[in-house]
This record gives sequence, C-alpha cells and structure tokens, in this order.
Amino acid sequence: MADVDPSPAMTGDDRIVSVEHLTMRFGGLIAINDVSFQARRGQITALIGPNGAGKTTVFNCVTGFYKPTEGMITLRQKGGREFLLERMPDFKIAAKAKVARTFQNIRLFGGMTVLENLLVAQHNTLMIASGMSVLGLLGFPSFRRAEDEAIEKARLWLEEIHLLDRADDPAADLPYGAQRRLEIARAMCTNPELLCLDEPAAGLNPRESAALNELLLRIRNHYRTSVLLIEHDMSVVMGISDHVVVLEYGIKIADGTAGEVRDDPKVIAAYLGVEDEEVELVETDLEKLERRG
Amino acid sequence: MAPVDAAVETSPEGAQIEDEQRIAAAPGEIAPPPPEQTKLARGLRQGVLAGAVSLAMFAPLIGLQTTENIDNQLILKTRWPLLIIIVIVVAIGRFAMIVFFAPWLAQRRLQVVAVPPVSRWTTMKRYFVPIAIALLVAYPPIVLGLSGIQGSLKWVDNFGIQILIYVMLAWGLNVVVGFAGLLDLGYVAFYAVGAYSYSLLATHFGLSFWVLLPLAGLFSASWGIILGFPVLRLRGDYLAIVTLAFGEIIRLILVNWREVTNGGFGITSIPKVTFFGIPFNGSDQGFASLFGLPPSSAYYKIFLYYLILALAMFTAVVTTRLRRLPIGRAWESLREDEIACRSLGINTTNTKLTAFAIGAMFGGFAGSFFAARQGFVSPESFTFLESALIIAIVVLGGMGSMVGIAIAATVMIGGIEILRELTFLKSIFGPNFEPTQYRMLLFGLAMVGVMLWRPRGFVGTRKPTVFLGRQKNVSADMAREGHG
Repeated sequence: MADVDPSPAMTGDDRIVSVEHLTMRFGGLIAINDVSFQARRGQITALIGPNGAGKTTVFNCVTGFYKPTEGMITLRQKGGREFLLERMPDFKIAAKAKVARTFQNIRLFGGMTVLENLLVAQHNTLMIASGMSVLGLLGFPSFRRAEDEAIEKARLWLEEIHLLDRADDPAADLPYGAQRRLEIARAMCTNPELLCLDEPAAGLNPRESAALNELLLRIRNHYRTSVLLIEHDMSVVMGISDHVVVLEYGIKIADGTAGEVRDDPKVIAAYLGVEDEEVELVETDLEKLERRG
Repeated sequence: MAPVDAAVETSPEGAQIEDEQRIAAAPGEIAPPPPEQTKLARGLRQGVLAGAVSLAMFAPLIGLQTTENIDNQLILKTRWPLLIIIVIVVAIGRFAMIVFFAPWLAQRRLQVVAVPPVSRWTTMKRYFVPIAIALLVAYPPIVLGLSGIQGSLKWVDNFGIQILIYVMLAWGLNVVVGFAGLLDLGYVAFYAVGAYSYSLLATHFGLSFWVLLPLAGLFSASWGIILGFPVLRLRGDYLAIVTLAFGEIIRLILVNWREVTNGGFGITSIPKVTFFGIPFNGSDQGFASLFGLPPSSAYYKIFLYYLILALAMFTAVVTTRLRRLPIGRAWESLREDEIACRSLGINTTNTKLTAFAIGAMFGGFAGSFFAARQGFVSPESFTFLESALIIAIVVLGGMGSMVGIAIAATVMIGGIEILRELTFLKSIFGPNFEPTQYRMLLFGLAMVGVMLWRPRGFVGTRKPTVFLGRQKNVSADMAREGHG
C-alpha cells in the first residue's frame, strides 16, 4: 500500500488527517500492516471492514491510546497547525490536537448526571477559567461566568440530541440509544477538529440509526467538524459517508466514495466471502484438521 | 450488501431474546409459592443442620479448654453445658430466621418499593447541616452547664475533640477515596508527617502553632505527591498494597531514625497552642488570669475543641467547594472511567496527584493539631489500625458524602469512647469484665451489619454538582466505586 492514491484532490490542504505507512504489532500479531489513507476536512470518512480487520486499532493509534509500531499520523488544524499524533500522549491529542472520540462499548460517567458528563468534557476550558481551582475556590465572578457559558453549551448539545428533559438524570439511567447520542455530544463539547466515532450505530434500532445519520450530517454541515467513523451498519455508512476506506486483515483493500467501494470486487469478497458451498467446504476441511491435530 | 449484513446482525440477537423470555417464564410455571407447611419443615431442617454444623465447629473451640493446674501441668477442661446452650441458640436462631424473619424482611422490602419517598424526611435533611453545626458550636457550653468545669473535661476532650479529629481525617481521606476512587490504606502516614513536622519544628525552633499549621499541611501535601508519583500507574489491589507499605515505611522511619525522632520513646513536651499569643497556663500572663477566670485546664480543652471544629469546618468547606469545581468533577469522572477522562483531554496524572496532595494536606493539618493537643507524639499513634479506622469511617459514611462520614465518625469513635463509660456492665458480668476489650468485636459486628443493610454506607446517594432543572440525588448504585 506504499503507493497512496496520488490524485490531486487528495493532496491539497483540505486533508485533516493523513495516516502514512501505519503498522501496529502486538507481539507476533500484526494488527495493521502498512496502512495509509487520508481524511478530508468537512467530510465524513468511514473505516469499514470485517471483524478483526484492524479498524479499532487504527482508531486507537489516531487517538493515541496505542503507540503505533511504525508510521506517521499527521493532523492539520483549521489554522494550519500540524500535529504528529503518534508522538503525543492520548490526553494531549484530545486537548491540544482537538481529536475527540467515542468508544465501541459506551464509556459514559454513569454515576454522574447527563449535564455533568457534558461539563467534564469542557474540563480544560473550565480549569483555566477557574484559575487552576484557586479563583474558583474563592468564588470569582469570572469563573461563574465561564461555568454559565459551559452550561449553556451543554444545553445546546442536549437540544441537539433531544435529551434536554433528562439533563439531571444519571447517565447510566438513559436508554441505550440515548447513551450513544450523549457520548457523541460529550465528544463534541470538547470543540474537536476531528470526531472519531467507534461503531456509533451498534445496537441501535432502524429509527435510532436514522436519527444518528441526521445528527452526524448536522455535525458535518452545521458544526463543520470532520468525522472519522467505524461502522458495521451499512445504512449509516452508505447513507452519509463521503469517503470510505476498507480494511481486511490489517491491510487496506479499497479506498473511494461509497459507490466505488460498494462495487469493488475485493470488498464484496471480503464481506460476503466466496460462495456458500465453498465456505462449507473450507469449514469441513478445518474440522477435519482439528480432529487430526 | 446492506440487507445481508442486517440479517446477519439481527438474527442471533432475536433468538437470544426469545431464549431469555423462555427462561424467565419457566420458574413461574414450575415452582408454586411455598405454603406454610413447607416453610416450617424447611425451618426445622435448616435449624437442625445449623445446630449440627455449630456443634462440630464449637466442640473443639468452646467445649474443650486447655489450662494449667497448680503444678503447671497442662490439663483439659470441658465446658459441655455452655456448648449445648450455644448450639441450641444457633439452631433456634436459624429456625426463627427462616420461619419468621426472612418472610418479614421480604414483606418489608415489598412495602419499601411501594411507598414513595417521604417528603418530611427530605425537609429534615435540608435543615440537618445547619442544626448539626449549631449543636456543635453550642456543645461545650451545654456540657459545661450540665457537668461543671472539671466534669466537662472528659466530654469535651475524649468525645468532642477526639471525634472531630477523626471527622477531619475522614473528610480529608474522602477526597482520595470517595471522590477520586483511589484506595489509600496508608493515610495515617500523612497524619504522622503533620504531627512530627509540628513537634520537631516547635520543640527545636520554637515556632508557633499558627506558623507551623500551614507548614505541616505543605509538608504532608508534598509527601502526598511523592507517594502519588510511583503509584500513578497502579490500580485497585496493587494501589492498596503500595499505600499500605508507604504507611508502614513512614512509621518505621519514625521508629528507627532515633537521632531525629527519638525513636519509640517519641517526642515529649511539645509546646501548646496559644490563644493568638496568650498562653494557657497559671501565670499572670495566662489566659485565665487575663480574663479574670478561675484557673482550670478546661479552658484550654474548650479552646482546642473550637480550634478543631474550625479546622474540620474549613476542610468541609474547601472539599465541598472543590467538588463543584472542574477539578472535583474530574476526580469523580476519574473514579467513573479513567479512559474516558483521557479521551476528553483530562490530564489524569495531574488530577490524581492533586487528589493525593489535597487529601494529604488535610491529614497534615489534623496531625499538627493532634501533636499540639497531646503534647506528646510517638510512632505508636500512627499504626495501620488508624488507617483502617479512617478508611472504615469513609466507607461506612458512604460515597463521598460529607454528612454520612461525619455520622459514621461519631458512631465509631463515640462508640469506642462510650464503652469506657459502661461501668454498670461490671455488675452483670463480674468485676473482671472490661468493656473496652470488646471494642474490636463490636466494631467488626457494626461493620458487618452496616454493610449488609446499607452496602453503600449511611448516605447512599450522590448529589450532582450542577443542575439545569431540579437537583435530583443520584443513587450510589449507579456510580462506580473506583478501581484504584
């Protein structure tokens, strides 16, 4: 995959994140092998692939939760500042480079209220406003103003995700779909340049996943935030993504618009495998092998 | 591709749901509600079984006793009547538990679910804090009026000051354990650092308490950071072990560094606190003669009471305010989910260190007060048992709740002190009965009881730090206890 698609559209300044020759090894296991792709500003880029293809590993490398074995991940902010993400600790990627993320298994602060969850997301801004807690402890009005602003912002996002009436309930009390939406809103409260969503539609019913599509489009169009998305739900991927990257066994097998990727024979083979009879043949072979070994 | 994927995704889930429904329906069909007859039979059976088990267990423990006779020979004595009484008590207790107590408990639980929370209780809770503070302020005059100057000494010193020291310590530890969810079993080390800072600097350099109080807090806070750094990566059991070891290290240094700490003998004649420069003694410049009062040591104790009350209130105000600040929310979110915290750009290292430092600082304040009050410190005051006691208060109080912790400290420390007062028990159990010897037994029983009935401590709710509409308490069942 060394030869990255050099089409002129992709080399301009509108790249928000470029992943180059990314490799991640866990001991002897190569989770991702020399993957390169780019995500453009103001677009929704989807990362798809069968289970175990290495999508979440790529995600964890971009958000700093894993340190890649090899490769370079560059993030360009609106002002032109560049960050080499593979060199930064995870919390600095969120705080300085402005990359926010959600998790495959929702990680809300269950014992805190919905509103508190959204305020924790604004921790760094509020921390400065509270003078590293000193001014806040003395009750300075400047801190109270900053906190009111933070609450106002949280209220805005609660309206966006239709949870305003649940603001004072503990987050663990929310239904599953609402928890997913809250996690996205919490990530958005950090003012991200790039929003990374790890399977946001997992476990949602068709109506909820349609609402999710709407929310993601609104994040892209209204809030001008670029989105990097892992998803299994094809109605979400095909419905809203501008650009799709397909991984299989840690290698990029396709890269293009939703339409292009859909018709790619490699992708079809990766997802649907080969014909059913052939699969059965392989399975019986495997069983024989197991019995022997 | 989409429909195929959807079918694959949903079909196993659907099957699982059907399975679950079948399982849920099954027990209702098979097992009818147990009639009175079977309950009685079950009670009898269980009673006999419990009797047999206790017989097997207690026969060697209670039935047989080895003592020495007059010639220093080991002889075996038997206590069969006592054994039989205990076995019968156990059997009857088990029977009563199954036949009467368990159904009553189940019924009561149903009633609790049905009845909505009573509003009278919530209004009482709203005024609880101001009433409690007013009572605490009025406590010394009340005691003085009831039992005279000399009689009040015991109540102000042994009860008031002793309890308030532990309230303050537990509130300090609450920052680390209750808010940030980091289990610290060596908290007493910071208490010791504060006490020894005051003792050494006051005896060697003659510095006043009011200068050394903030210094002791500062020293303890820096030790909190020193401890914090190596344990940042540890969680849960490992963190507990390292903090436990830290507490022991500090104690062993105090024992063995004889040139400085005077070893196990401790430091004696530590200067007293002055009333802003006026000493508490019998001289002409002393407090009593200056204010024209009859000489008594009670004034000093009452002054110390108000001092520790002020320190404890300071701790309460600072920690409750910190909880509502971004740093406090970060502590609590750290307890809930550390990985999510990092994904939101929170520097978890600094957040943990501030929790350790602030918790340690209050321990240091309490320590310097302790040294000034005792006039004597030795390593024996800073054993692991003290740490365990403070942790127990925090856990019994529940979930970072200030009021719950204050109640727990009053019950535990006050309970231990009150055992000394129960002299009438000697007329029942004989002159050799010493109620204080049973304090650990009662302490353990109380812990087991509270943890059975109120597993989340006395106050099992968490008050949100901000709210849009109406502030609703969050049940502690939602919150995590912290992994580290």
